[in-house]
Amino acid sequence: MEEQGLSYRVHIDFPLLLGIFILCLIGLVVLYSAGGQDVDLVYKQAIKLAIAFVGMIIVAQLPPAEIERWSVWLFVFGIILLVLVIFFGDVGKGAQRWLDLKVFRFQPSELMKLTVPMMVASYLADKSLPPKFSWVVIACTLIIIPVLLIAKQPDLGTSLLVATAGFSVLFIAGISWRLLASMGVLAAACLPALWYFMRDYQKQRVLTLLNPEQDPLGSGYHIIQSKIAIGSGGFYGKGWLNGTQSHLEFLPERSTDFIFAVYCEEFGMLGVLLLLFVYLFIISRGLYIAINAQSTYGRLLASSLTLTFFVYIFVNMGMVTGQLPVVGVPLPLISHGGTSMVTLMAGFGILMAIQTHRRFLSF
Amino acid sequence: MVNEITLKDSGHESDLVAKRVYFSGFIILLLVIMIVLRVFYLTVLQHEHFTTLSKSNRVKITPIPPIRGLIYSRDGEVLAENKPTFSLEVIPEKIDDVDMLIGDLKKIVSIEKKDIERFKKSLKKKRRFENVALRLNLNEEEVALFAVNRHRFPGVDVVAGLNRFYPLGEELVHTIGYVARIDEEDVKQLNASNYSGTTHIGKLGIEKSYESLLHGDVGYQQVEVNAQGRVIRVLDRKAPSPGENLHLTIDLSLQRIAIEALKDKRGAIVAIDPVNGDVLTFVSSPGYDPNKFVNGIDSKSYKALLSSKDKPLINRVTRGKYPPGSTIKPFLGLVGLDNGVRVLNDESWCPGWYSLKGHEHRYRDWKKQGHGHTDLHKAIMQSCDVYFYILAYELGINRIYEGLSKFGFGKETGIDIGGEATGLLPSREWKREALGQVWFPGETLIMGIGQGYALSTPLQLAKATASLANRGNVVRPRLVTNSSNPITAEIKKFPVHFEDKVTVKNKLHWDQIIQSMRDVVHGVGGTAWRSGLNAAYEFAGKTGTAQVIGIAQDKEYKKEEIAEEFQDHALFIAFAPVEEPRIAIAVIVENGGGGSKTAAPIARKMLDRFMNDKTLTKGTSG
Repeated sequence: MEEQGLSYRVHIDFPLLLGIFILCLIGLVVLYSAGGQDVDLVYKQAIKLAIAFVGMIIVAQLPPAEIERWSVWLFVFGIILLVLVIFFGDVGKGAQRWLDLKVFRFQPSELMKLTVPMMVASYLADKSLPPKFSWVVIACTLIIIPVLLIAKQPDLGTSLLVATAGFSVLFIAGISWRLLASMGVLAAACLPALWYFMRDYQKQRVLTLLNPEQDPLGSGYHIIQSKIAIGSGGFYGKGWLNGTQSHLEFLPERSTDFIFAVYCEEFGMLGVLLLLFVYLFIISRGLYIAINAQSTYGRLLASSLTLTFFVYIFVNMGMVTGQLPVVGVPLPLISHGGTSMVTLMAGFGILMAIQTHRRFLSF
Repeated sequence: MVNEITLKDSGHESDLVAKRVYFSGFIILLLVIMIVLRVFYLTVLQHEHFTTLSKSNRVKITPIPPIRGLIYSRDGEVLAENKPTFSLEVIPEKIDDVDMLIGDLKKIVSIEKKDIERFKKSLKKKRRFENVALRLNLNEEEVALFAVNRHRFPGVDVVAGLNRFYPLGEELVHTIGYVARIDEEDVKQLNASNYSGTTHIGKLGIEKSYESLLHGDVGYQQVEVNAQGRVIRVLDRKAPSPGENLHLTIDLSLQRIAIEALKDKRGAIVAIDPVNGDVLTFVSSPGYDPNKFVNGIDSKSYKALLSSKDKPLINRVTRGKYPPGSTIKPFLGLVGLDNGVRVLNDESWCPGWYSLKGHEHRYRDWKKQGHGHTDLHKAIMQSCDVYFYILAYELGINRIYEGLSKFGFGKETGIDIGGEATGLLPSREWKREALGQVWFPGETLIMGIGQGYALSTPLQLAKATASLANRGNVVRPRLVTNSSNPITAEIKKFPVHFEDKVTVKNKLHWDQIIQSMRDVVHGVGGTAWRSGLNAAYEFAGKTGTAQVIGIAQDKEYKKEEIAEEFQDHALFIAFAPVEEPRIAIAVIVENGGGGSKTAAPIARKMLDRFMNDKTLTKGTSG
């Protein structure tokens, strides 16, 4: 066995660490402006980030084989928690998502963003790829059960991300294009049924997307105001702390889901290019780790985590720029809030573990 | 060989995965380009458009909540109103030392620790020039005291608002319900823009079921703000349209007699006008004070209400489930006549008990020595149990079920407030599904006296009584006759809903049953003859006594030996006048003992009041 460099001894992937670090810095800077120059808010967010950082480094120390062994149990545990939420969950912001563990409140659906791809990856890992039809059916069931449980809470954003995480494993595992296409057709056929099951406020969001002007004081307000903020920023932006739309409180949820609009207003198109560059850097590093992973499990999981990370970005930017419905997905590592950050960081921890526990045989 | 395949496959697999990863990367790039193009479109191509918009964005739209409609009784008394309240509000930017200010203000108005905590909390959230409330619900004395000292406190002011108030408190809480602060559950269902300025929403009773009418439509105010967001001037104003006022069917004089009669008791009283379904009286006792709920009840008081043995939070009129007892007999008698199982003069022999052939069990009559020869008229008048055991047995459960369900037993009455219980009219199918058992003949027998599985709500009993009084015309009970617009005074009458008529083969059967019920109160030996004494009018009724616990075969029901909560429920149904009735009443006194002793006199008192009042007997509509 050959001794590798520092990265392999401390189990930290430095390129990834650098990207995440830059993102967090950008996030704190924007938050200071978006939160009305509230130092307290930035300080609290920094503490949360630091805790999540430590969590990431701890996860990175686990050998991937160990993580693979736990996948099934974590998945079962997560499903049990989701069912518990339905019966004992606290109601927060109009949905039943929280479990009160006395010490802290916990959102089991967050856990599923990691455990679903882990489960599907570990299920497919010891099989030959591309997967047989029957395996695909079983994998789909494994994905759909938690997705439905989360959608029932109702939390459309998270269930969408969990579904992405699960299905991206299937895609990477090489499921045939024909099967993929027929699944797409099936999903499209399910849309009317989905519409039927949607809550009124969710339907409203879709309708508002199509025509925001119809309800300027209600749900259309978000999109109209966020477009004004972005558009008025121009190519160079109005400059840090100079965004008028966000500071005049025209823009709702400006420190959480809509923080991208604040960013656009103050840093303009140029800032967006920079931000996307950092995101793409992290994503390409993630995909690099995926391709170079040594086990099938590592390859599948690393790709899925990276793709889910991108879906976060795409859905959030899509909704803030008025191209996708408002589903409540934060901009990763920039939006204010602690819950999704912890899962994201744990996901990066897994990526690092996959990269830095590789063994090189010397022949 | 196995090894070889695995090795070969694994190489192929990593190729496959890599291909897919590259493909994903390609898609990601495409989507990123899409985002870039979109941002380019917004920030560069549409920059001018949005810059203009952002400048005109100095005009802010703020909602003006509509004023909630009032609720009136039939005779025009206000039952729910909007009372002005005063709060002490502070503009932070005008204050140098907040703690000193609070210290000075404390000398004039009482400011408690929790007030200060709430104040400091919202101080952080709001902008410097926005009002923050320091004290809510100032009393008039405090308002006056502050007004005198106002010059000493620049940046502090008294601000008026409106608060829902129920002047009659617990007297009508089960009818009107109450409003309370909008919670997360409500947010999901309501129209967000119409409620953008509203803080309260109907949670129960009429306040809930007529929410959309009472609420009205939101108005807007366009204000110009400066760079810091401070309001410079009001540009435009669209007045809100206030909610509709509602006029109830409730007659307060009758309502109060009923409340008085149920004072310190548990029970329910409903009175309905059989012609149009107007609910004249709607009392569930005990009640509770709805005003406590409007701005959030403290958890101690709420727990006390929840854990009270008298269960004041339950609406007994619509949700209280009681065995109908002997009040079921006139309905059953009609079913018997209509099915041809009996004619009026057919007699049964009542020795004081009845047994099914081949069974030991004795089903007892309330009168130990028996009623002797009994026909239907006598059986209703004296409430002979044995007669109805035999009748029920001969009818069989299927025909009983069919006949009674026409009168609405086991179904919601459809009254215009939600949350009704359906009660229970048992059938073979129901028992098989709910209990997984077959129907026993003994259970048919006790259906004859309204015991066993049968459960009905007081409202169901009143509706059934009204339908009987009406000779089969079924009308849906309602609590609101009309709404009126507070500005235009335009009146909108709500329609009377007639439901499927109860038809009988021979119209004479109605007269026979109604005559028997008349003789319950006016006949010699009628069970409620005492309540019929010296009445200036004729009415019809039927007593009922519903057993709460079973009494063993060899034991006798001794009131003094049984704890209060296990004593019988007293029931009485009545209507008046006998011809062309204008009121039908159902009275239930929980654990009140016998129906004739406890329940019937209450109905008599209400009928006296009703029949002596010309305005009532004529009715207002229909």
